[in-house]
Amino acid sequence: MLRWLPEDVSTYGHEIDSLFYLIYYITAATFVLVTVLMIWFLIKYREQPGRRAIYNHGNTTLEIIWTVIPAAILIVLSFMSVSTWAKIKRTVPPTDFEIQVTAKQFNWDIAYPGADGKLGTDDDVKFDNDVHVPINKVVRVHLKSTDVIHSFFIPNLRFKQDAVPGRTIMAWFEAKKPGKYELPCAELCGFGHSGMKGWLHVHSVEDYQKWAAENLAPKAQ
Amino acid sequence: MSESAVAHGAHGQHAKPSFISHYIFSLDHKMIGRQFLFVGLLMLMIGGILAMLVRWQLAWPESPVPGLGFISEPYIYPGPNGGGIIPPQTYNALFTMHATIMIFFVVMPIMVGTFGNFLIPLMIGAGDMAFPKLNMLSFWVGAISGVVMLSSFFVPGGPAAGGWTGYATLSAKAQYTGVEWGQHLWIIALMLNGVSSLMGAINYITTVVNMRAPGMGYFRMPLTVWSLFITAILLLLALPVLTAALAMLLFDRMAGTSFFLPEGGGEPLLWQHMFWFFGHPEVYILVLPAMGITSDLLSTFSRKPIFGYHAMAFSMIAIAGLSWIVWGHHMFISGMNPLLGTAFMMTTMVIAVPSAIKVFNWLGTLWGGSIRLTVPMLFALGFVSNFLIGGLSGIFMASTPVDIFIHDTYFIVAHFHYVVAGIIFALFAAVYYWFPKMFYRNMNQTLGKVHFVLTYIFFNGAFFPMHFLGVGGHMRRIYNPLQYEFITPMHDWNIFITWSALILGASQLFFLGNFFWSLFAGKKAEQNPWQANTLEWSAPTPAPHGNFLTTPTVYRGPYEYSSPEVTEDWLPQDKDIGASTAAKAH
Ligand SMILES: [Cu+2]
Ligand SMILES: [Cu+2]
Repeated sequence: MLRWLPEDVSTYGHEIDSLFYLIYYITAATFVLVTVLMIWFLIKYREQPGRRAIYNHGNTTLEIIWTVIPAAILIVLSFMSVSTWAKIKRTVPPTDFEIQVTAKQFNWDIAYPGADGKLGTDDDVKFDNDVHVPINKVVRVHLKSTDVIHSFFIPNLRFKQDAVPGRTIMAWFEAKKPGKYELPCAELCGFGHSGMKGWLHVHSVEDYQKWAAENLAPKAQ
Repeated sequence: MSESAVAHGAHGQHAKPSFISHYIFSLDHKMIGRQFLFVGLLMLMIGGILAMLVRWQLAWPESPVPGLGFISEPYIYPGPNGGGIIPPQTYNALFTMHATIMIFFVVMPIMVGTFGNFLIPLMIGAGDMAFPKLNMLSFWVGAISGVVMLSSFFVPGGPAAGGWTGYATLSAKAQYTGVEWGQHLWIIALMLNGVSSLMGAINYITTVVNMRAPGMGYFRMPLTVWSLFITAILLLLALPVLTAALAMLLFDRMAGTSFFLPEGGGEPLLWQHMFWFFGHPEVYILVLPAMGITSDLLSTFSRKPIFGYHAMAFSMIAIAGLSWIVWGHHMFISGMNPLLGTAFMMTTMVIAVPSAIKVFNWLGTLWGGSIRLTVPMLFALGFVSNFLIGGLSGIFMASTPVDIFIHDTYFIVAHFHYVVAGIIFALFAAVYYWFPKMFYRNMNQTLGKVHFVLTYIFFNGAFFPMHFLGVGGHMRRIYNPLQYEFITPMHDWNIFITWSALILGASQLFFLGNFFWSLFAGKKAEQNPWQANTLEWSAPTPAPHGNFLTTPTVYRGPYEYSSPEVTEDWLPQDKDIGASTAAKAH
């Protein structure tokens, strides 16, 4: 099943994926165990002439066992999830690379700081739907929406964050492989929701400098 | 067993009721239960057809649907040979109304309305509900809410198209969806529906607390009654929150308030908090009755006491209690403080434990049984199988980091269809099982088995591959998956799913045919065709208004199958076999 996972090109994606795999193995094993037992019981204990069902109201020891074991597994799983979650969502590593993404029906407005080096000023350099970043660089995203809730989703980066009108939400990613990655909106946002998408272009450091020189610098002057 | 009890119990003095008071404005809980069933089945057909249209669009985007050309533009665009092409706006309305109808107008009316009404008084040995007039009012307000919801298909702009979750701000301003009255009516219909459910809930709670037959202690109640009782308490506490949120949304849309609109100082996430504070208990409102019914059926057809009765009752109570503190798991990536996400992950992992207990105890019930694979039993087992998958897939979403990726993808669509659409198996189990008591005739078992096999195979064919799509990142609620390069390689799965769904839909004709044929021409039913213990089978078939000829006295719990005290392998709750045994069983 997990072979359908898109290629992971982010620095933190493997942590998500390994939890994904772990839960997959645990649940698959549980599924097989319960299903096999169920089918076995259905065959072995099918109605047969002359045999009477066992008169039994339960077994406290067994019930304690199958309460404690799932509880222990689930508690361990949640503690394993805490640190990855905190790393991705609760903190943004220090960085000098910031962009602003403003969602609106049905586009991503992308803004880079202009000559003043600040976002949200008049000299911001703006693009529609295309984000360009260098590899191995922490990208801090200022995520906004002007109308309804959208969701900024980059499957290859295991990145998803809703954009909520009235708020600026900070999020981050760091890509480690150059390429062009699709950037769909993942939250229903109206009749044009389907097809609301952009592209993330991850460049090598040199390519990014070339792109920035051509697209960011001239407008900033 | 005195003479006066006979006269009292049978309500024999009733005058022959008129057609209207018997079939339309009935005060008899059994008839009200049947009314909910017919309305629910009608809505099931409508909700199912909407789902087929959604699936058509996903498999063959923007190709004409045969026979849909009669609907005018801009709702449907004409194609060749009378076909009609679904535009994006209509597509959004289709999935919005599919979910709304299935949840509020199919599963709730049937699982809670029909079986709550029909079974609670019969199973606890009562003559009727505590408040028969309130019961009638509950049905009729519910029916009106259904009419209001369906009428939204015919207003300019079409029905609501903001998803069944109605997230603000999309739902809070007509300009964002282009839907004006459709969304108003959606809100009004759900408020009415809530009032209907609230009246039902008050009735169920009062009836269970006050009207149990002599000897029917709480811990002698069948788990079906336990589940409906807990469901009613959840309804009573959860619905006011939804109603308040809906009222605020309606004010934002019609009265210029800004509860959810940031430009007026409001907060879009407030809607999500209120909606899911209702919404997560709602999931258990839907699934608990299915669990209760499944428990009863597994015990009856294994001819064996339920494994761990008290654990089963307490796990439902635990689920109900915990259901109030898990709502934030719907909001991990909503922009809510991520620290809250961690807390909600913990509570969500904890709520999985009582669900696991239930599955293992069901297995324990099968162990050592003498299993009769009747049609209701097959469907009950189908419910267990679906709930197992749906429960396990929930663990993926509960883990906050994994949820970052699979939130709002087809993985969650697969998950909640295994849980909520999986309830349909318990629903069918219950209809096949209680049909002889409800309609005095038996349904055809062979047709029932064909119905089960087809439904089981194509249900899994329709919903299991959705996990693969979700793992691939396929978003939910998109109109055309072929607009995305990363989804296009998985498109064969979308076609496979749609074929499965279409065949799943067509397979239901075996049920409908069997149901209506049996209604009029089925074999006459015996009083207790399944040799079951619970009190409804002690009532005569047909049960009169007032249910029991004499008020039953309960001597034992409902699961005394294969008891060594009797030669038969069942021992009804109200059967007096001498004082020595009465005290022992719970
Ligand atoms: Cu969007
Ligand atoms: Cu939930």
